[in-house]
Amino acid sequence: MSSPAVRTLVSPFTLARRRGKVIYWSVFTGVVLLFALAFLFPVYWMVSGAMKSPDEVTRTPPTLVPDEWQFSGYTEAWDVMELPTHLWNTVVQAAGAWVLQLVFCTAAAYALSKLKPAFGKIILGGILATLMVPAQALVVPKYLTVADLPLIHVSLLNDPMAIWLPAVANAFNLYLLKRFFDQIPRDILEAAEIDGAGRLRTLWSIVLPMSRPVLGVVSIFALVAVWQDFLWPLMVFSDTEKQPISVALVQLSQNVSLTVVIASMVIASIPMVTMFLIFQRHIIAGISAGSTKG
Amino acid sequence: MKTGSKQVLPAPERSAADASSPSSPVEKGPAGRRPGSKLRRRLADQSRAYGFLIGGLLCFALFSWYPAIRAVIISFQKYTPGSDPQWVGTDNFTRVFQDPEFGAAWRNTLTFTLLALVIGFAIPFVMALVLNELRHARAFFRVVVYLPVMIPPVVSALLWKWFYDPGTGLANEALRFVHLPTSNWTNGADTALVSLVIVATWANMGGTVLIYLAALQGIPGELYEAAELDGAGLWQRVRHITIPQTRFIILMLMLLQIIATMQVFTEPFVITGGGPESSTVTVLYLIYKYAFLYNDFGGACALSVMLLVLLSAFSALYLRLTRSPEETS
Repeated sequence: MSSPAVRTLVSPFTLARRRGKVIYWSVFTGVVLLFALAFLFPVYWMVSGAMKSPDEVTRTPPTLVPDEWQFSGYTEAWDVMELPTHLWNTVVQAAGAWVLQLVFCTAAAYALSKLKPAFGKIILGGILATLMVPAQALVVPKYLTVADLPLIHVSLLNDPMAIWLPAVANAFNLYLLKRFFDQIPRDILEAAEIDGAGRLRTLWSIVLPMSRPVLGVVSIFALVAVWQDFLWPLMVFSDTEKQPISVALVQLSQNVSLTVVIASMVIASIPMVTMFLIFQRHIIAGISAGSTKG
Repeated sequence: MKTGSKQVLPAPERSAADASSPSSPVEKGPAGRRPGSKLRRRLADQSRAYGFLIGGLLCFALFSWYPAIRAVIISFQKYTPGSDPQWVGTDNFTRVFQDPEFGAAWRNTLTFTLLALVIGFAIPFVMALVLNELRHARAFFRVVVYLPVMIPPVVSALLWKWFYDPGTGLANEALRFVHLPTSNWTNGADTALVSLVIVATWANMGGTVLIYLAALQGIPGELYEAAELDGAGLWQRVRHITIPQTRFIILMLMLLQIIATMQVFTEPFVITGGGPESSTVTVLYLIYKYAFLYNDFGGACALSVMLLVLLSAFSALYLRLTRSPEETS
């Protein structure tokens, strides 16, 4: 992050002048108000809307602050929408996808980067080619594959495996890992081998500890992707009991009261927003860095 | 980086030598002379490499490569799960073409993409431009603008569905507050699509703003200084320095956004259900309908192939541009 002293569009000299200061602070105030209105107010409206009575939430003109802050919307949502089940489903799906992605993508990236498998170039090319194929356009044939796996004829529908295994086929994360591994000098790995470490041991105690930053980025991408996904889980989980929170929200929101829906929306947002607030510096730095290095 | 180019050729020999060296370095010569042991060594190395690779490779084969091939195959078949597929030539394509929703879906998708470019492109750029000039609360602005991205898309969609409610929604309430005529938003055939673009822009803008901010910080300050000495005003500096300097990133994000918005599904599915009067049915939504409402997987795959071909062209362009080393020239 650059220091504020760096020269940008407007020169520090202009800003230091009286007129510059007035303009600067009015723009600053304007942006604060705009951001509050555009991004924070909708969130406030959601959180507070869930605390209004079913009556008050549909009143026109609406009340800015609930007459009476009540938590019954949240507790009711917790029970009526079966949120514990769906939240747990989402956690299981996201955690499994995360672990499998870390294990298989890391191993494959390590092999492609350092172990020189035969046809490695072709395999890498095939993996990178999937970046070109938009994922959503292939959901139907992917669904048919998951519904009836070739050769073994097993259906993964309504099983978290249907989320976990396709999540491993993430070319973006695999490529991130491979590029990072490419930068680890061979000498270090060779030194470990001379000391008698096997390939797995080298990966575990040398490569992975050095790769902590990229593993963090991949982990966040993996978790967010599963938590936010909608179309794929909508297709593979027809059984309501197995659905993650995103699908259940849409399916169950038809026939419950508005406050309950809103409260469920708030609860569904809490995990990712909390994670974002905790890791915001890393996430924002990751997005910014990834872009400029292209 | 230096090792990358060198390590290609001598690798098999070196790994064979390394592996034998710990036991006794003296035997290196004889081991190299016996072709059988060298071959075995290489086989062992290869099987180890594939041991690491196999899990990821299988998943890619099953869930990326195979479905891509299958989409093409099924698009020429009558396919019902559980029974044998029959070849039907181009029947699926002609049937899909004749569907009145086909034209609507493509029109809507292209309009959506275009509107998302107009609305969702200028706004983040201007926002990043202004944010980059602010010297206070920088971290706060970045967190707040990215907050909607972290809210699950389904939640943003439901939230805006509630805002757009013609009776009790906040959107019309705001219009009434400033004495403007109210709108039907997602309930009017002519306003529904724009309303969805607003939702998508609100929800996804954060990432774009952050990337622009990073790009703006990469512009050398001397350029602005020199331009100012030459008497360039604020607008001229934006036009002749900021925009040319970030042109590459602008183009990249534009392509990525086109690819993403052409696949829009969640907003129309959750907010409008494709209505009113098919005014918000998108291509991906139509694919979903063919597969899960009409049980017509052949038609769904025919549509998928069309979308695939179009989007792959954009993706290929994107990958080509990102590969080229000169970013700012």
